[in-house]
Amino acid sequence: MSAAPDQVPLPNQPRKAACLALLVFAMVMTLAAFAEVGLARDGRIPAGLLGYGGGLAVLAGAAYYVQARFAPYADPLLLPLAVALNGLGLAMIYRLDLSTSRDVQDAIRDGKKVVTSGLASAGTQLQWTFVGILLFALTVLFLKDSKILQRYMYTLGACAIILLLLPIVPGLGAEINGARVWIFIGPFSVQPGEFAKLLLVVFFAGYLVNKRQAMSLVGRKIGPLALPRGRDLGPIMVIWIFGLGILFVQKDLGTALLYFGLFVSMIYIATQRISWVLIGVGMLALGILVATQLPFLGHVNQRLSIWQNPEPYFDGGCLLDSGKVVSVAPGTEPYIAAGNTVGSGLAACAEMGGKFADSAQLMKGLFALGEGGVLGKGLGQGEPWRTPLAFSDFIFDSMGEELGLTGLMVILLLYALIVQRGMKTAVSARDPFLKLFAGGVSFVLALQVFVIVGGVTRLIPLTGLTTPFLAQGGSSLMANWILIGVLVRMSHQARQPAPQAIQDEGMTQVVSLR
Amino acid sequence: MSEFTLTLIKLAFLAVLWLFVIAAVGVIRADLFGSSRAAARAAARSRAPRPARRPRPQRAQQAPQPRGPRQLVVTQGDRAGMTIDLATGGTITIGRANDATIVVSDDYASSRHARLFAQDGQWIVEDLGSTNGTYLGRNKVNQPTPVPPGVPIRIGKTVIELRP
Repeated sequence: MSAAPDQVPLPNQPRKAACLALLVFAMVMTLAAFAEVGLARDGRIPAGLLGYGGGLAVLAGAAYYVQARFAPYADPLLLPLAVALNGLGLAMIYRLDLSTSRDVQDAIRDGKKVVTSGLASAGTQLQWTFVGILLFALTVLFLKDSKILQRYMYTLGACAIILLLLPIVPGLGAEINGARVWIFIGPFSVQPGEFAKLLLVVFFAGYLVNKRQAMSLVGRKIGPLALPRGRDLGPIMVIWIFGLGILFVQKDLGTALLYFGLFVSMIYIATQRISWVLIGVGMLALGILVATQLPFLGHVNQRLSIWQNPEPYFDGGCLLDSGKVVSVAPGTEPYIAAGNTVGSGLAACAEMGGKFADSAQLMKGLFALGEGGVLGKGLGQGEPWRTPLAFSDFIFDSMGEELGLTGLMVILLLYALIVQRGMKTAVSARDPFLKLFAGGVSFVLALQVFVIVGGVTRLIPLTGLTTPFLAQGGSSLMANWILIGVLVRMSHQARQPAPQAIQDEGMTQVVSLR
Repeated sequence: MSEFTLTLIKLAFLAVLWLFVIAAVGVIRADLFGSSRAAARAAARSRAPRPARRPRPQRAQQAPQPRGPRQLVVTQGDRAGMTIDLATGGTITIGRANDATIVVSDDYASSRHARLFAQDGQWIVEDLGSTNGTYLGRNKVNQPTPVPPGVPIRIGKTVIELRP
C-alpha cells in the first residue's frame, strides 16, 4: 500500500537545474550588455567586464548555492529574474558612469586632470548589489519559517512607523530633491521607507489573518456595501493614517500612494470583498481632492498641472494663482528681466507670486523614449545622460532610449514574472498568514513598478519612487533583495511536499516535519 | 566599429533579452504541464507488463480535449482489478453507499466519499466531505481538482487511476 504513491512524482519538484540554467542565462545576458556598452561606447570589450560581470557571477553563484542547499523546493524563477534585472541595471549604470569610459581612463593614465561630474557610479552599485545578495542569502538561511514573523507583528509595525519617522528627526534626516526621506548614518544615506514597506506588509498580514473573518462577516450593510465594525478596523486605520500623515509631512507622495495601494489590496485579499476596493478608490479620490485644496500641499497641485500639460514648464514654468502657467525658461522675457542668470526663473516667478516648477526632467525622459523608438539606439549609442538622474529615477527612460520598446517590454515582463511567481506562491501557500504575506509583497512590488514607470512615461503624475533592482541606490537594492529572499523562502514552504505519514494506518500518526 | 556591426549587435542583444523571457516562461510551462507528463511516464513504468500500448504518450497528454483518459482502473483495495469505461461520461461516485458507482467495503471510506466528473474534456475529482479525505498523488483534495492520467487517487484503502 505504501509503495505505489512513491512512484508518482510530486506535482512540485525541486527545479534546481532549471534555476541554474536560467541563472547562467541571466549572467550571459548581463555580460552581453556590458560588452555591447564597451564596444559601442569605447570601441573595445570593457576592461571592467571581468570585474563587474565576474563579481556579479560569483555573487549569483553563491546565492544559488544557498537557495539550492537550504530552500531546494523554492520557485526556480525568482532568483534568476532578480539577477537579470539587477544585471541590466548595473550595465546601464556602468554605461552612464563616465569614469569607466575609455577616454576618461586614457586621460587619467596620461596624467591629465579629469573632472567627472556624474553621480552614476557602477562601482558603488556593485558593492550594494553585493550587500543585497548577502542579505538575500541571510534571509533564506535564517528565516526558516516565515510564520515566525507573525509573532512579532506589532513590534514590526511599530518599527515601520519608527523607520518612517526617522527622516524627520533633526540632525539625522535631510531633504534631498524636495522630499525628506533620507537619513544619514556616517558616510551613508539610507531611505528607511524602503524597509518600512516590508515591515508594514508583515503587520498588515498578521493583523488581517486574525481579523479577516470578523471583517468580512460581521458588520453593517449599507446598500450593496458591507462595512465592518469600527473595532475591527480601528488599529489598522490608526497605523495607516499615521503612516500617510508622516508621508505628507515628508512630501513623499509616491510612497504614500504605495502604502495606500498596499493597504487596500491586502484587505481585499484577506476579505475577498470587492466593496473594499470601491471604498479604497473612493478614499483615494477624496484624498487627492483634499490634497489639491490644502495650501501647504501646493506641490500636489503643481504635480498634477505638470502631468496634464508639461510643455510650458520646460526649463522652468510659473503656476499663477489664476491657474495660468507662464514660462520662465532661459531666454523668455521674465527670465531676462529678472537678471538673466542661473536662478532667474525662480526669482521671476516669485515676483509674479506664482509657484515655480520645472518639467525638463520629465520631458527629456519622454524625448529619450521617443528617440529610442521600437528597437532603440543600442546600448552605449544613445544619449540618455541628457536626462537628469538618468541612472536612478529615470533609468527606465534611459533603458527605453537604448533598448527601445522591444527592450522595455522585456523589462516589464521580467517584473511581471516575478510578481506572477509571488502570487503563485501566495495561492499555493497552505498558511493564511503566508498567503497574505506573499500576496502583499508581490503586490507592493507590482505597484511600485507601476507608480514609477507610469510616472516617467507620463501615464500618471510623476512621484519619486525607485525602480526596483534597476535604479542606482543601496537602500532600494537591499530591501528588494530581502523581498526576493522572503519570497524564495515562502515558495519553498509552499511547494515542498506535505509531511509524510511514517505509519500506514491508525488514528495517531507519526509525521516527519522536516 | 562600423555602424552595421553595431546594429547587428543591438539586434542580437534584444534577441537575447527575449530568449531569456521565453526560457523563463518555458520553465513555468514545464512546472504546469511537466508533472503530468512525468506522472504518465512513471505510470508507464509501473505498468511494465503491458509495454506495447501507447506508442506516443506525450502527444496524448498535450491534447487532452479530443482524447482524454478512456478507462478508470481500481489498482488497490477490495475492488482491485475493476475497470470502468469512461467513454460513456457521467459522474462516477465512490463510497460505501449502495448507490455509488464503485461500492467499497472499507472502514476508512465514507458512504459518499468522492466523485469524479468530466468537465471540458478533463476529469475532475471532488471530495464530498469525507471523514478521512481523498488524496490525489500525495496531496489532499480540498477542492475539485483535475486528475492527470496515471496519478493515483486514494480513498481509504482503495486506489484508483485514470488510464488513457
